[in-house]
This record gives sequence, structure tokens and C-alpha cells, in this order.
Amino acid sequence: MNQSLKPNSFRAGPDEDGRFGIYGGRFVAETLMPLILDLEAEWNKAKTDPEFQAELAHLGTHYIGRPSPLYFAERLTAELGGAKIYFKRDELNHTGSHKINNCIGQILLAKRMGKKRIIAETGAGQHGVASATVAARFGFPCVVYMGATDVERQAPNVFRMKLLGAEVKPVTSGHGTLKDAMNEALRDWVTNVEDTYYIIGTAAGPHPYPEMVREFQSVIGKEAREQMMAAEGRLPDMLVAAVGGGSNAIGLFHPFLDDEGVRIVGVEAGGKGLDGEEHCASLTAGRPGVLHGNRTYLLQDGDGQIKEGHSISAGLDYPGIGPEHSWLKDSGRVEYVPIKDDEALAAFQLLTRTEGIIPALEPSHALAEVIKRAPTMDKDQIILMNLCGRGDKDIFTVGKILGMGL
Amino acid sequence: MTARMDKRFADLKAEGRPGLITYMMGGDPDFQTSLGIMKALPGAGADVIELGMPFSDPMADGPAIQLAGQRALAGGQTLAKTLDLAREFRKDDQDTPIVLMGYYNPIYNMGVETFLDQALEAGIDGLIVVDLPPEMDDELCIPALAKGVNFIRLATPTTDEKRLPTVLRNTSGFVYYVSMNGITGSALPDPSLVGAAVQRIKAHTDLPICVGFGVKTADHARAIGAAADGVVVGSAIVAQVAGSLTADGKATDHTVSAVTTLVSGLATGVRSARLAAAE
Repeated sequence: MNQSLKPNSFRAGPDEDGRFGIYGGRFVAETLMPLILDLEAEWNKAKTDPEFQAELAHLGTHYIGRPSPLYFAERLTAELGGAKIYFKRDELNHTGSHKINNCIGQILLAKRMGKKRIIAETGAGQHGVASATVAARFGFPCVVYMGATDVERQAPNVFRMKLLGAEVKPVTSGHGTLKDAMNEALRDWVTNVEDTYYIIGTAAGPHPYPEMVREFQSVIGKEAREQMMAAEGRLPDMLVAAVGGGSNAIGLFHPFLDDEGVRIVGVEAGGKGLDGEEHCASLTAGRPGVLHGNRTYLLQDGDGQIKEGHSISAGLDYPGIGPEHSWLKDSGRVEYVPIKDDEALAAFQLLTRTEGIIPALEPSHALAEVIKRAPTMDKDQIILMNLCGRGDKDIFTVGKILGMGL
Repeated sequence: MTARMDKRFADLKAEGRPGLITYMMGGDPDFQTSLGIMKALPGAGADVIELGMPFSDPMADGPAIQLAGQRALAGGQTLAKTLDLAREFRKDDQDTPIVLMGYYNPIYNMGVETFLDQALEAGIDGLIVVDLPPEMDDELCIPALAKGVNFIRLATPTTDEKRLPTVLRNTSGFVYYVSMNGITGSALPDPSLVGAAVQRIKAHTDLPICVGFGVKTADHARAIGAAADGVVVGSAIVAQVAGSLTADGKATDHTVSAVTTLVSGLATGVRSARLAAAE
């Protein structure tokens, strides 16, 4: 009778139907349902299988290069004159971003399930490169769907994928960006459901993808937590990460969600500003809807038609968001804010010159928020930001905007 | 449960032939033209009308229906206007069942209760919502059945014996057997495989089984119709619309007749289906 209430946890989701509150779920065509259920069963076995975990950890160490360092950005901290700034350096991973953490996990599942062919969607091309990389490493044929607009603006990554043996299929339907690439990947999957494994690149899509991708990316937060304890003897005061679909952010955030003293901030692509249509701030400016297998915040018009977003960063150019982020927003645990293209660009340049690190445009959004917050905080406070990708892929985009011919 | 649908399939059974279920995209290329097409369908031989609700991201559709949806949206079509099409159609036709087909988000956006009330009032007999499998029945299927709107489920080649009862539970009106894994508008499957699949489903339900995906000609319609209670034709019809338009996508004088000519031919195929089965 005196049963005490369970402690309120932000880390318990999803439930058995794949829901985080009202978000998530399995909104897919019947053709895919049996496969989604098979995948869930295999994932549930794998996550408690010591052999699977050991293989994952081995590849993490020897192939990806984990753990990624936790780096104290001394000069940037001095420049901003406030909180101490640490970076979790997932941009140093093999292939140059956090995307590989998830791809390694999923390719091991594809192997367990006896699948013969890999498909993936990509926006900036980082997930496409990571998928093509693991497909090469494990000997799978790989098809990557990429919006035609993105194929044009991310040429170096397209070439990388081709070198790795993947077939890159440009998608011309819609506006030719990440959303359209995902539609086309789903069409391929529904056609080749028997032998094909779809590596979704972010913590979105039908259950179990949001949970599965989060678990593969949580290595970021788990390592960072230990590293921060070793470096400072305490947890950070604030976490900051960029959210497109939200996989690097949920990977950093999840292990800290129940630590009340840690403020958590997710940074969306504010594009050219939220007054107009040219942004991708689905949490700040969207409302709940159903797309790509899950219920989540979406940019949509009055009729429920999905809008095209805009961001300087192809990796954030998506009108939705992983369902767990939608739930974390509604619950108030995580604060989500927009950063505009020009603010991200300024942050990109500042980091390059103060720390000698060229960041990708995606984490440049997170950095722009750090630049706003750090000076308002005390010098003994700590901000931990996920530097989730390196900027080599973006130099052409940035060069064009800065008016420098390459 | 909306009597119109059950009566139509009972009548078809009495006639001893399969039904012709024609899909059209609401608002393609504009409201008035698509209303003209809809009104002309029963006369051309359609027994049931599937009315497509355009969506920006039709993940299970091939190029023909994707483009039809884009044309409709560009022409200003909305879910409310698609319901208006049904309302207008019902002024002259009380007998032909109308099934709305599309994706969940525009419905969710309108609000499930509001949508169902309006659909009933507009004379809608059933719903096919591609991205709502049985696992999501609480969203729309259960509320629809409670209000008396049929919820028609898709069964596919991946729906095995173990899963069939799940798929058939809470299904009414008819069962839509998608004859191949893939998107709409793909190639015609082997009719003998389709026949076996229909028999497999019939072992689990008394509902009519209608078969779609890949049916483009009268011969296809006859071959598939020999094995099923109904034949669904979609991409071939919207392709007729597309082929009749001006270079900038506007309707022409022969847009409606392009559709009725095809549908009349398909109706001939369907009406000779049982004959073919007896051969």
C-alpha cells in the first residue's frame, strides 16, 4: 500500500509501441510492417547480446577511432570571456562525423538479419558516405538516395560515395533535398523489402529506428560523461548540440537527461529567419504531424502538406525532427532554439581562427548558440558542445558565400 | 456500416462478375475537371470510385500518382476540397461507393473527429490510409468504424499467414490486395500468383477481395478479375489525365474523355472476366 512513486525519468522511452508520449509510432505501409517487426525483434536480441556489443565496441575502437577526445577550447573560452567551453570531438571519427557510429551498428544488424543489399538516404552526404563506408567494409552493395539539389551542392561527398563503390541516385521529385531522398529510399525499400536493409541516418522514422539510432549514438554522451568527470570532477552545466533529424544531439543528451543540474539546449536551423519560409526550425515553428513513419513536429501548411525547409547546411535541411526531441520539447526538459545561416557562418569562421578547427556547418549552428550563451555565464561554469562533424565538405559552400573562388 | 458499399458488392456477386474500382486523384489537374472525371466514371463502367487525397510526400506511390498529386496541389487542392468533390458528386449519384485514399497527415491535421463527420456528411463510404497499419488502429480505424465509415486495409505479399488475422481484424468494406511489393504503377504481376494469394486471404475472411497494382489494360483487368472480386486501376487512369494536358499542365477538351475511353475498355475486360475464368 505504501508503494512509492517511481522516480520520474526522461530516459525510459519509447514504450513497446515505439512512442515517446504522443510522438513516434509506426506509420508505414503494410508491405513494410512485417519487416519493421522483424527488425525490432532482432534489435531487441542484439542489444542484450554480449557478442554483438563486443563487436560493436571493437569496431568503435579500431575502425571509428573511439573514444573521441573531450577537448577544452582554451582560446575560444578566453575570447568569449565566460563559461569554460569543451568540445566532444566526434568530427575526428573515421569519415568525419558522428554518422559512422550509427552505420556500424546498423550494418551489423543487417548482417545478422541476412540482408543482401543496403540503401540509405543522405542530405549533406555525411550519412551517405558513412553508409557507403560500412557497406564497403562488410561487402554489401549500396544505393544512396540524395536530392538532386544536394548532389550539386555536396559534390565532394558524392565523389567519395562513388569511390567507396556506392551507387548515388539523384532524386528529382519535390525540391530534391533530404525529405525527397527519404521518400525515394522508402519507395525502394517497399519494392525490395525481402533482401534490403534500410540504414536510416537519423533518430527518426518508424519504431525501432529512433530508439536504435539513439542507442548507437549514445556512445557520444556516455564517453563525454566519463571524460568530463575525469577532466573536471563534475558534470557540465550545459549541453549544446545541433538538431537536424537530431541523432548527434540525442546521442549526447540521452545519458544526461536525468541529471537535473545539466541544462540542455538543441539548436535548429533558423535559415534566413523565422519570419519567412526559409528555415528548418520544425520544433520552434512547426506543429505535430505524421511523416516518414513517425509522429513528430513538422513544418507544414494549413492543409497538412509538408513544406520544404531551407538551411545553409544541407544536413539540417529537413522539415521534421526525431520524435524523442518532440517529446523532450513538450516536457520542457530540453530547450530548442533557432540559429540563422549568417550566425552559423560567423561561428564557423571564429572557431577556425581561434582553435584551428574547421567545423561542419551543422555544429557551427550549435557553436553560434554557445557564442551567445558563454559570455552570460560564470567562469567556473562549463558548456559541453558536440562538435559532430568536420567542415572539409563545406569549404566550397562557405567559399562561395564569402566570395572566394576555389 | 455504410450500406452502399455492401450493396454494391452484393449486386456484383449476383451479376457474377468482379467490380471495377477506379482510382482518380482529387483535384487533378483542377477541381472542375476532376469533378467532371468523377461524374463520368460510373457511366464508363466504374463500380467503386477511389478518390485520391493529394499529399506532398506520397511514399508508397510511383511517378504517375506522385505527379498527379503535385498537379492537384499546384492547382490549389486541399483535403476540404476533396471532400467537396464527393459532395458535388453525391448530388447526382447515390449509389456508387466512394473510398478516400491517401496518407494520414492531412487527416490528422484536420482533426480525426472533424474529418470523419465531414466525410460521412459528404457521402464517403470508406477510407484507405496507406501509412496506418493495424498497429496504429487507434488513430483513425477504430474511430472511423465507430462512426460507420469502412476502413479498408491493404494486404501485401509480405502479409503472411501469421499476420493476416491482424490485418483483417477491424477491416470492413473490402480487402485491397496489393499484388506486389512495390509502389503504385509497377509492372503487372503473374495472374496465377495473384489467384493463389486471393484464395489464401479468402480462407480468413468473407469480405470481397479486390486486387490492384499493375493493372493497365482490359486484358490485365480480365486476367486479374478472373481471380478476384474486384480489380483496382489507378496509375493507368492518372496517366491518361497526364497525357491529355497542355504543355503547362492545363486540362483540355479531351481530358475527361481520355479517362472514360480507358475506363470503358477496362470495364469490358472486367465484364468478361468470369467468362475467361470458365475457359
